[in-house]
Amino acid sequence: MSAARTHLRTAGVAVRSMLLLTAVLGVGYPLVITGIGQVALPNQANGSTVSVDGETIGSRLIGQSFSDADGNPLPEWFQPRPSAAGDGYDAGASSGSNLGPENPDLIAAIEERRAEIADVNGVDPEEVPADAVTASSSGVDPHISPEYALLQVPRVAAERGLTEAGVRSVVEANIQDRDLGYLGERTVNVLRLNVALAAMGG
Amino acid sequence: MEILFVVLQLGTLALILALLYRPLGEYMARIYTSKKHLAVERGFYRLIGVDSATEQTWQAYMRGVLWFSGIGVVVLYLLQRFQAVLPYSLGLPAVPEGLSFNTAASFVTNTNWQSYSPELTLGYTVQMAGLAVQNFVSAAVGIAVAIALVRGIARSRAATIGNFWVDLTRGTLRLLLPISVLSALVLLAGGVIQNFNGFTEITTLSGGAQTLPGGPVASQEAIKNLGTNGGGFFNVNASHPFENPTAWTSLLQIVLMLMIPFSLPRTFGRLVGDDRQGYAILAVMATFYMASALILTSLERAGIGTAPELAGGALEGKEQRFGIFASTLFGATSTLTSTGAVNSMHDSYTALGGMIPMLNMMLGEIAPGGVGSGLYGLLILAIIAVFVAGLLVGRTPEYLGKKIGPTQITLASLYILVMPILVLTGTALSFAIPGIRDDVESTSIWNPGNHGLSEVLYAFTSASNNNGSAFAGLTANTPWLNTALGLAVLFGRFIPIVFVLALAGSFAIQDKVPVTAGTMPTHRPLFAGLLVGVTLIVTALTFFPVLTLGPLAEGLL
Repeated sequence: MSAARTHLRTAGVAVRSMLLLTAVLGVGYPLVITGIGQVALPNQANGSTVSVDGETIGSRLIGQSFSDADGNPLPEWFQPRPSAAGDGYDAGASSGSNLGPENPDLIAAIEERRAEIADVNGVDPEEVPADAVTASSSGVDPHISPEYALLQVPRVAAERGLTEAGVRSVVEANIQDRDLGYLGERTVNVLRLNVALAAMGG
Repeated sequence: MEILFVVLQLGTLALILALLYRPLGEYMARIYTSKKHLAVERGFYRLIGVDSATEQTWQAYMRGVLWFSGIGVVVLYLLQRFQAVLPYSLGLPAVPEGLSFNTAASFVTNTNWQSYSPELTLGYTVQMAGLAVQNFVSAAVGIAVAIALVRGIARSRAATIGNFWVDLTRGTLRLLLPISVLSALVLLAGGVIQNFNGFTEITTLSGGAQTLPGGPVASQEAIKNLGTNGGGFFNVNASHPFENPTAWTSLLQIVLMLMIPFSLPRTFGRLVGDDRQGYAILAVMATFYMASALILTSLERAGIGTAPELAGGALEGKEQRFGIFASTLFGATSTLTSTGAVNSMHDSYTALGGMIPMLNMMLGEIAPGGVGSGLYGLLILAIIAVFVAGLLVGRTPEYLGKKIGPTQITLASLYILVMPILVLTGTALSFAIPGIRDDVESTSIWNPGNHGLSEVLYAFTSASNNNGSAFAGLTANTPWLNTALGLAVLFGRFIPIVFVLALAGSFAIQDKVPVTAGTMPTHRPLFAGLLVGVTLIVTALTFFPVLTLGPLAEGLL
């Protein structure tokens, strides 16, 4: 067989196998997983959505902002971490800040956030935890640390006319331990916490 | 307390991998040595027109690898260019030419470098029928090449090293697909989405608007990790809660990345008829892995640098549910394999912490490395180590009964040279050519100062090693970087593969040299130690000068 014919034959095998594998791996495989997911695990498969009064108001996995139209934080809601996704918690455009450790913009942003959070919550700037002043990796981090949640209790209680003890107990009920007790970090899901908060009235 | 969690997490991982080592390694050995074909495989060979009983010379094997991969690039390129007319494209337009080339090259080479933001660029058909398919087959190609090399070492006076089409088919159907189905379902149960819902507009609790993305994510997440591919369904990869909802799914993804590369030494030991040889290779991989994971975790935990110190911890670019330990273990795993997935933003790591993922890749991704590529990468270094040892004691170097002659050492040396040349030339050209330098500095670089150089160095290191992770502040969707990185992934993948297959052929044809009192044992700690040393000197030291300009300058000055 000449060299050209050998190559032509190999190319033919390559094309046929690529088409066949695309059908199996690119169409069959994801469709099977989708089918099983939609039948057996529809909640997870469709994004673990959260509903209030029959209306979908978000996903427990995707953080959302609690700010007014101008981006100012609404003090009556527990606030999530800073976000670099779009104008903040844009789930259509996930993104971290990607600012480096010596980047002047990041240094200024952390200083500004720390002062602002200390101010609105009436605490010492030293008390503001690291997760409160840093943007997450995804920009849609649904969680904050228990420390940051507890720090916001007096402000939220005062804004809503609720007792601090009542709000604190809702926060404590929403503290999620590490997976298996030792994987990852302890978290508070901000959306779930705020849904529970809304249910308290006030 | 926190130290305990670090130890428990690593201990859990080590236990799972230890339990998998023998059964998975031996299963893979059976896959690639069995004489029997499954009925579905026989049908497959008939349809593609291959005689599965015929073995190939290394040249024919290489022809198969290169044609199959070349066709893969063309198909993936065309899928992107015709995206507008494909179903489930979410109204997204055709991907531009330069970006389509870069992405096609990147996924076919098991790199999964992404110059684009997936949710803004790619519809479901391109993700599934294009990217996910390459996630499978590029991984199967990598394992096939490694197996071909091991066959070459194991055989004597043989003209052939296996049949590429059989290896490709079996790796895909018997290994990657079943594990992917199983792990996709487990990930689904953990909250990874799997739907065709497109974007859903919702009104948030406080009355704002939010757009929730959908997509067939779980099916892709499973193979992206298992095949050490790493390309995210979403822009932020495995830090997106829809890709990686919680700490245990993160650990599962780490297991998926590591299970094949860490079990292949067992397969190697089986095929060469000496399990101890596999343990020696495993020991070297595990040593580097442990050291790297612990160093990276310590550096991020120490959080040295202006911003992390001001914040009270290196949490910029990290998710609360993962914290530091689950982020650094993922980052180390992803860059020690050739995965490149991230669950935290490496660009925002501390200066010295950010250097560790780079060093991991600069080692040549051999600890344990990508599926297949990790094993053949470390076997090349073992050949160099045997050669060095032979020079020291004045004997003809041998490895597993094979003479390391001029041909072998030339091929191994050429293999070693490819990656550093690509990394350093690519980085240097980005700053040396005036017009390109202006573009890189004004458009691509995101962070000022030394960190900006680190972003470009990271990009070429990642591309040339077929990793795919990034200092993601870098805007890589420019004509220069799309082209240069696209070429780096192709050269970084296929030039070494050609050398590996040539080496496999040169070994196969040799007779076995009998073991004598003068033969250096290659299964003892002494050799494993030598291999660690040679690896460090040959690979990492090459990059010391350029690292002083980037992360070392940023972290130490």
